Amino acid sequence: MLRQLLDCRTATAGAVALAITCAAPAQARVDGDTITLGSAISFTGKYSTNGVHAKNGYDLAVKQINEAGGVKVGGKSYKLKVVYYDDESTPARTAQLLERLINQDGVKFVLGPYSSATTKAAAPVTEKYKIPMVEAEGASRSLFNKGYKYLFAVLSTSEQYLASAIDLAAEMAKKNGRDPSSVKVALAFENDPFSLDVRAGVVEDMKKYGMKIVIDDKLPRDLSDMSATLTKAKALKPDLLVVSGHSKGAATVTRQVNEMKINVPMIAITHCEAAKIVSKFGDGANDILCATQWAETLTYSDDLFGTAADYDKLFKATYDGYKNVPYQSAQASAAVMVWKDAFERANSFDTDKVRDALAATDMKTFYGNIKFSEHGNNIAKPMVLRQIQKGKFNVVAPSKWASHEINYPRKAN
Amino acid sequence: MLDNIAILTAAPVFNVQLILDGIFIGAIFALAAYGLALVWGVMNVKNLAQGEFVIMGGYFAHVMAGWGIHPIIALIPAIVVMFLFGWGIYRLIIRWIIQHDMFTSLLATFGMALVIQQSLNLAFGPEIQTVDSGFEIRFILDGLVTVAEIKLVSFLLCVLLAGIVVVFMKRSRMGQAIRATAQDPRAARVMGIDTEKVYAFTFALNAAICGAAGVLISMIWVIQPFYGITHSIRSFVIVTAAGFGNLPGVIVSAFGLGLAEQYSGFVLGAEFQQATVVGLLVVVLVWRQLLLSRHRQVVQ
Amino acid sequence: MNALPNEHRIHLAVLAFGLAAPFIFGAFTFQFTILWIMILFALTWDMMGGQMGYNSLGNIVFFGAGMYICAVVQVGLYYDVGLYTAPDSSISGASFTYQQYFTGLVLGLICAAIGCVLLAFVMSSFLFGLRGPYFAIGTLGIALSAGELMGAWEWVGAGSGIAMPVFPGGVEARSLMFYFIALGAAAATYWFVRWLYSTRYGLAINAIRDDEEKAEAMGVHTKRYKSITWSFSAFFLGISGGLFGNMTGFIEPLEVAFPTVTFGIFMVAMALLGGKGTIWGPVIGATLFHVIKEVTWTYLLGWQWVALGLLIVINVVFFQQGIMGWMQRKWPERFGIQVDASMRKGSERPSDRTSTP
Repeated sequence: MLRQLLDCRTATAGAVALAITCAAPAQARVDGDTITLGSAISFTGKYSTNGVHAKNGYDLAVKQINEAGGVKVGGKSYKLKVVYYDDESTPARTAQLLERLINQDGVKFVLGPYSSATTKAAAPVTEKYKIPMVEAEGASRSLFNKGYKYLFAVLSTSEQYLASAIDLAAEMAKKNGRDPSSVKVALAFENDPFSLDVRAGVVEDMKKYGMKIVIDDKLPRDLSDMSATLTKAKALKPDLLVVSGHSKGAATVTRQVNEMKINVPMIAITHCEAAKIVSKFGDGANDILCATQWAETLTYSDDLFGTAADYDKLFKATYDGYKNVPYQSAQASAAVMVWKDAFERANSFDTDKVRDALAATDMKTFYGNIKFSEHGNNIAKPMVLRQIQKGKFNVVAPSKWASHEINYPRKAN
Repeated sequence: MLDNIAILTAAPVFNVQLILDGIFIGAIFALAAYGLALVWGVMNVKNLAQGEFVIMGGYFAHVMAGWGIHPIIALIPAIVVMFLFGWGIYRLIIRWIIQHDMFTSLLATFGMALVIQQSLNLAFGPEIQTVDSGFEIRFILDGLVTVAEIKLVSFLLCVLLAGIVVVFMKRSRMGQAIRATAQDPRAARVMGIDTEKVYAFTFALNAAICGAAGVLISMIWVIQPFYGITHSIRSFVIVTAAGFGNLPGVIVSAFGLGLAEQYSGFVLGAEFQQATVVGLLVVVLVWRQLLLSRHRQVVQ
Repeated sequence: MNALPNEHRIHLAVLAFGLAAPFIFGAFTFQFTILWIMILFALTWDMMGGQMGYNSLGNIVFFGAGMYICAVVQVGLYYDVGLYTAPDSSISGASFTYQQYFTGLVLGLICAAIGCVLLAFVMSSFLFGLRGPYFAIGTLGIALSAGELMGAWEWVGAGSGIAMPVFPGGVEARSLMFYFIALGAAAATYWFVRWLYSTRYGLAINAIRDDEEKAEAMGVHTKRYKSITWSFSAFFLGISGGLFGNMTGFIEPLEVAFPTVTFGIFMVAMALLGGKGTIWGPVIGATLFHVIKEVTWTYLLGWQWVALGLLIVINVVFFQQGIMGWMQRKWPERFGIQVDASMRKGSERPSDRTSTP
């Protein structure tokens, strides 16, 4: 037994030795002329495609800023650098990796992860260490009612995603001589923080008009079939079908709506671009309404990237294989621009000073205007709704940005 | 929930839609489940990577479709490739776990499942994929019920494949050897059957059947690297309910599971569709245990 | 048993290391906290899988249940849980005072432990008729469906999860507190199983593992033993769940509370790696697994999961006895096992018991 225990002791000693080796040098947040930002983002797991979109957005903005002279603080010019970890698309891992970034790597400025669930796990950690985080991919409203002081989000919160679809449905009902309160709505939302929040926004707006919910299904995480829900839609004939379930929800509903010939006059979904429904289903995707944070046809611009269309061009030239630039990348780039702006206005690397500068942000970017509320969400930028018309994404709502008329009702083909 | 039942009683025609969808998809479940029943019955290996084999077949169709090959034609190469893959997996891993206890086979195939799904994820990304069959969609019963031709075609293909397997098992030398080994491996060895080869063949055949099921799934539903686990669970539900070596039982349970999924999705809501599959697994297991305990004399 | 004092010396060394670690390696406190939880996982799994021969793939159920029970108690003491978890709730995690937080945490952990014990009794009433692989599949099914069902339950936030109350004190105090709770829980688990295996109770569950029918024939009340053993492991897992939920700060049914394919499988893999059916095996397995994982994981760039799958396959297929099992076979005398010279070259496996006189 003695030897057995001695062996254990060796094992423990080994573990200690390992711990010591990796305890080695903690990177400083500002090292010479480099500012280090840290991010735990999804390279593997279910969010990895969008995680990579976001990383590309971060990297493009970092490159662009460094080439344009870097960040000027105290008369000196600094370069930006991002340290990444893979959070495997799981919130528990995100929290662990942020501890690691902050404690072991000495990172003092954090860029957000991808998805609301992982951001929800990240925010308590950054809050705890009083480390500011600018995030671009966590839209859930529940992030912004917890009183977080160090969390800033450049994107519109998720309850706004499909709210304009409800306004649009009410408008169409009026046009056809019906009362908006007679509109019947079918809801199918994935059971995750983001989609449930989109749902909450939709339900709130429906109440305004007194619309009626006829179907209210939650979609499972491994969604591959929603024919049961759609059979119900066939029976109950809603005027509007709203679906949100990341890319799999978008693809499944598009395929099965066509396969089952569901005749709903309006279908509004999220993640059309990410699910590539146009190239997958061709005409089957026509007349579907898609919520988007950003579109390259909008008229925003800034000094770094130029207009939204310029960003679109630059992005496609830098990264291969993109037919459309996902808004996930655009907002990631915007987040890096917010950091630059805040460093320069704070003129310091003190986290609290930078945090106050972030809170006072009021800037125009190619992605839209950015101004944070006291809760940290961006209140200066609207969501837009695009309709797929003959395979093209055209903005149809809100009316301020609309470039095309909506096709109504949608024809099942 | 009651509203949904009211729809079904007020407009019974929607039952037809649910039943048809349940049966069409159930036929595909039956294929994968039959494969599991084979390896379980013949070599006592509980393959938790069953669903991953199905998804691999789906990705095979996806890749072939990218080359412009129609997915139904892709069935044949998919079967061949998956057969070889299954043979390779047998030589590499399964061979070593046959003599171990059964938990080993569960855990080892679970590890295999992890490797397969993560490799698929690295190769194709986590986005869901679909394969377009290009078939028409038909209306029946005043347009209230739609039948996608592809579902009908895949149903017929399932029947055809199952028929081929049954005839193969009954008539061919290898089929007879497999059945002999299932009954008594030692006696089979004594009679000069190369059981090692029989095992390898059985496992490869299972992989091939799963691959075929995957090709069909990719045309009807959607595929994603991590969707394998639910397919595995479905196979386990069906096989535990039916018992292995009972082909009619497997078919009936598969249709039953297909129907249960459609109805629970309709009546309880889509969020319970998968919980139903897993819940059924537990119910079936406990139910079998009750049957068993009637036979067992328990002192307590 | 003359080796006992030495063994105590080891215990003291490990304990001293555990107590000092957060002060020496301050930056790694979080990783060490996870390490203790991993050790607890492996030890509780081994109670069932290693000592009693019931390989559960669903022990993670208690982890998740403990997490949810603890969260509901912590929130429910002071607010309406349904309102707190609503997506547009105005109550934030920060609206807990010092006293509210600690009362909630202590009561929450106690309720988590007790709730899980009750749950284990309920589950054992219908699951323990299942033998061998059926038990493994059945528990796997329970674990998978638990996540799905929690996700459909609006009152606990459904898929949106629950934001846990925020620790009212400073950062350092928070991580130290969780560290010491984790260390305490792991140490308590270790001492408990050690004591348990040295009693008649340990012999009885070993008898169930070796031959359940014969054990029954010898008058061992197998069903009772199985239920009680499961509830022991549920007790400790429930505490670890409540603790982990508070550490993470945000709980959600599928990825945080019922991570069947990560933590649920890790606990099996760790126990097997170290050698199941021994006391030190799970501890060594968990330590090795966690250290390797933390050091290499982030550098494998997407291949880490493939590597984990391969590790499980290789471990299970070719190295089933684990590290301790291998050492016992290699040097049986050092484990106090008498081996006949004639048996030396045979393939007879030495007994797993190390401390029976």
